[in-house]
Amino acid sequence: MTEQQNPSIAKHRPVEGRRAFLRWSGVAAAAAVAFGVNVPGLKLGEAFAQSRAVDLGGGDLGVLNYAYALEQLEAAFYTQVIASPYAGMNAYERTLLNDIRAHEVSHREFFKKALGANRIPDLEVNFSAVNFGDRMSVLKTAMTFEDLGVSAYNGGGAAIQSPRYLAAAGSIVSVEARHAATIRDMLRPFTEYFAGDDVVSRGGVDVSNPPSAVLRAAGPFIVTPVTATQLP
Amino acid sequence: MNNDMLLSTLDPDLAGALASRRDLFRSTAMKLGAVASAPVVLAAVSTQAFGQGMPAQVAEVLNFALTLEYLEDEFYRQGLRAGVVPDRFSVVFRQISEHEAAHVTLLSSTLGAGAVAKPQFDFTAGGKYANVFRDFKTFATLAQTFEDTGVAAYAGQAPALMGSNAALTTALRIHSVEARHAAEVRLVRGVKPWKGAYDKAMTKQQVMAAVTPFIDA
Repeated sequence: MTEQQNPSIAKHRPVEGRRAFLRWSGVAAAAAVAFGVNVPGLKLGEAFAQSRAVDLGGGDLGVLNYAYALEQLEAAFYTQVIASPYAGMNAYERTLLNDIRAHEVSHREFFKKALGANRIPDLEVNFSAVNFGDRMSVLKTAMTFEDLGVSAYNGGGAAIQSPRYLAAAGSIVSVEARHAATIRDMLRPFTEYFAGDDVVSRGGVDVSNPPSAVLRAAGPFIVTPVTATQLP
Repeated sequence: MNNDMLLSTLDPDLAGALASRRDLFRSTAMKLGAVASAPVVLAAVSTQAFGQGMPAQVAEVLNFALTLEYLEDEFYRQGLRAGVVPDRFSVVFRQISEHEAAHVTLLSSTLGAGAVAKPQFDFTAGGKYANVFRDFKTFATLAQTFEDTGVAAYAGQAPALMGSNAALTTALRIHSVEARHAAEVRLVRGVKPWKGAYDKAMTKQQVMAAVTPFIDA
């Protein structure tokens, strides 16, 4: 496949490949603790327990768990953004970011409920590469997550078998795209950037990524190794 | 020029995405025998994917989408030509206009001879919005309506495309671009870029009821 990769993901990836690989490999959780990386709520014992990879599974449950993993990541990120606002966050930005936080939490809970006992465990996140006090660091990470989320739903939609789940994903992906445009507008107000040529091709279509590429890009932010061996 | 060539000219990525041919290629190659050359296989696949082989339901959905894209494309063209967009927002609306034009090209070339004709539009809706291309507030309000409706329309049609992964993925990739437009137009208007955590889908009937006042014939 010649899927269009998202250049902004590579550009803003906060850690270099080697470190990402370590984290991915399963040693990461322990290493993060050993090297003093700030992982909220993560204790050494848990770190070892979680060093085993979580596989998303196959079929519709696999796709839903895939979405659930991404929504967990986004919800955790914006919860932190609101809990420790960056310097100079004005009321306009706070309102929008708090809305986004509420949306992501709602999406996470939606998938949690839909999956029930079939859901993957809570993922441990690692935002040590993000400077939550710095507006640019926060907004660029937010942009990465939103564009990534859009590309994931676009790339994963065709794998869904149930019309009901496809409809649900459809009602969420457009909200993720609205987030992406909004964050991008905060970075470069009233320019072409909200739907920039870095994400929308000349044919007028948005980025689409397969699970493998999405998980690779999200990897540095997730301590728990996540695999998608049964997804296309 | 066949559809493959058209699509490659438009966007190299799309030739891959829309065509999504890996499996199709494999099965066709098997049917034709291992000795068939790539051009022969591609020509066969092209007919299979876009010609008489396109399921009627897929063609119907894509034509419905094309009608909405015609409307948006023409709306922004006329607005930009009339100069209703203030300089401050001209980059935003030019970008949106370019995307809508690309969507029209993409969908009409995919449908080929089966594409519906472009309707005549009346963006005043019979005089109700007489100043649409003179008053930016009116123009932006209608832009928001068209974009939000487009988002809801693509969401509503997605399940009908489930038989065709290529068409579905392309529709989804247009869908999120429309959502980016919708958010930005809302920001231009100074309102929240979303209605909530979930967008509602609209049925074809609901969408047609919303846009019929703007369609002459």
